[in-house]
Amino acid sequence: MFATALTDLWYGFGVALEPHNVMWCFIGVFVGNMVGVLPGMGPLATISILLPLTFGIKPVGAILMLAGVFYGAQYGGAICSILLNLPCHPPHAVTCLDGFPLTKRGRGGAALGITVISSFVGASWGITEMIFLSPILVVVALKFGPAEICSLMLLGLLAGSTLARGSPLKGVAMTVCGLLIGIVGSDIETGTPRFTFGIPNLFDGVEIVALALGLFGIAEFMKSVNQLSEVDTKYTNVKFKDLRPTRDEFRRSVPAMFRGTIIGSLCALIPGTGPTIASFISYATEKKISKTPELFGTGMIEGVACPEASTHSSVQGDFIPTMSLGIPGDAVMALILGALMIQGIVPGPQLISEHPDIFWGLIASFWIGNIILVVLNVPMIGLWVKLLTIPYKYLYPSAMFFVAIGVYSTNNDMFQVGEVVLIGLVGYFLLLLDFHPAPILLGFVLGPRFEENFRRAMLISRGDILVFVKHPISAVFIGLCALLILMQVYVRLRSPKSLPTEMALPTDHKIPEAAE
Amino acid sequence: MLKKRDFYAGGLMTLLGAAVTLDSMTYTLGTLTHMGPGMFPLMLGCTLTLVGVLILGTALVSPLTDNENILPKQKEWRGWGCILAGPIFFIVLGEYFGLVPATFSCVFVSALGDRTSTIKGSAILAAGVTFFGVALFTYVLKIPFPMFRLGH
Repeated sequence: MFATALTDLWYGFGVALEPHNVMWCFIGVFVGNMVGVLPGMGPLATISILLPLTFGIKPVGAILMLAGVFYGAQYGGAICSILLNLPCHPPHAVTCLDGFPLTKRGRGGAALGITVISSFVGASWGITEMIFLSPILVVVALKFGPAEICSLMLLGLLAGSTLARGSPLKGVAMTVCGLLIGIVGSDIETGTPRFTFGIPNLFDGVEIVALALGLFGIAEFMKSVNQLSEVDTKYTNVKFKDLRPTRDEFRRSVPAMFRGTIIGSLCALIPGTGPTIASFISYATEKKISKTPELFGTGMIEGVACPEASTHSSVQGDFIPTMSLGIPGDAVMALILGALMIQGIVPGPQLISEHPDIFWGLIASFWIGNIILVVLNVPMIGLWVKLLTIPYKYLYPSAMFFVAIGVYSTNNDMFQVGEVVLIGLVGYFLLLLDFHPAPILLGFVLGPRFEENFRRAMLISRGDILVFVKHPISAVFIGLCALLILMQVYVRLRSPKSLPTEMALPTDHKIPEAAE
Repeated sequence: MLKKRDFYAGGLMTLLGAAVTLDSMTYTLGTLTHMGPGMFPLMLGCTLTLVGVLILGTALVSPLTDNENILPKQKEWRGWGCILAGPIFFIVLGEYFGLVPATFSCVFVSALGDRTSTIKGSAILAAGVTFFGVALFTYVLKIPFPMFRLGH
């Protein structure tokens, strides 16, 4: 097992080191790092914008690039939090608490240096976990029949909608809406058009690009327009030589880094608890076990190292269920899965054996990408800091063009540009009603496969709905679903306020609502 | 009670769920063994209705919070309008006049949504994006969208 994994990884490096793949990986992490730094642009919006541009390139390159945007943005997001105290990217919101006080004391450079090291440590662990865990998961998952796949998807959807931020009920409502949007179009078996309102352009279903750009592009822009104030650049003068932490700072960060890494990798294995929750939990833990918890919030380097390491380890770990089971844990993973499907690749446990170049190439590119990111972030810190000052009023109109042309170019169809406007408007309205639109994408991507497997399971069992609890593996998943619901009910009824996200942050730090 | 945001959120989901349930009845339902196109939407519709009612119910029993307005305190009608109008300009001008006017108008109109924007600044931004955007999409990515055209 160990040896095969290493041979496969070697093969993966062969794929990832092909010049054009290195180029796509570089473009991905570069763009990701850039949008991570820019206040008001998230990885979700960026991946949606880049998605239509990847249709022309090979699947491997496309996936390397889109994945690079996601983890690259995590590096950039930390810069924004530490130097500007702007928690514009949710996973880095906690980093503000100790990162910004450090900046005010003139140690912002050191905090950034520690961040880069912790990120690399966290990411490396996440990748290692993926190398050894995915093949094991696949061996198990290949034995699954339609009933097991169905219950597993149900578990994924339920975890994705209830464990994310906001009210779990509303999350479930959004997931169901996503499943419904996934139904739009012709029925796979009979060809009956469903929910198309007689519009022929909808017979093929709603385009994932239109949905993602509407929800995470237009709706987000409508929310952020005129909201972001001018950034305070008083502390942003950081040079390369400032990045070096002192010996004492380094000594204190190392254990925190490893604790964060472990927490992050555990969180990654539970679908729905992405990097944001991982970073909150790890900050709370670090504060609890510290000898001087009262000093947290005044510029403790541990308070930067721990959440950053856990964010990155969880970001890489998020790819495990996505790539090995075909079940995305959050909206970003759903988008990446959508990109695979557009390229004609069926996600699921057979992916590793059918497309080893994609799977192992992706893993190898994680290492390459993370090394590129360290190289990009350390000497070029001055450039990233300059980017912080680009005002939002130039950013979003330019993005609007990419939204319009991106949606158009998927099918060369103007109708879809209209679709994206409508989805954006509805998405903004949902945001105003306190719904988080991310689970919509999750439901949308899994919907058609969920229905297909459900129908198949019913056909095989001759209409026996109890098949889901009669098969032992499936019963375990259903049991976990029930446990999840009971847990949510229990937590909500007992103490509605004591959730980890609210616990870790003092009240004056509002968690940003921007898309992850 | 009627001022509560969740009340409307739950109500909206209940209505949507009910509409889906009713609409799915018009497709063939089939049996559980041989599910027709209507069965899965019917199940989703019922689930959504139930969840909607639960949200609504929770809203009725929990106390009001400080801010229950649906619209944010600062109404950005200009921003919202301009952002939505941008792609609409793109559709209309793109359909009849080509990619260049479509791009320019889309960026220009969206940019006007910012309170501090000026006609001149927006025009410069729009011209810049048009130049680079059109170069990228026409020459590099080669999408079939003429730079200029007249009529459809």
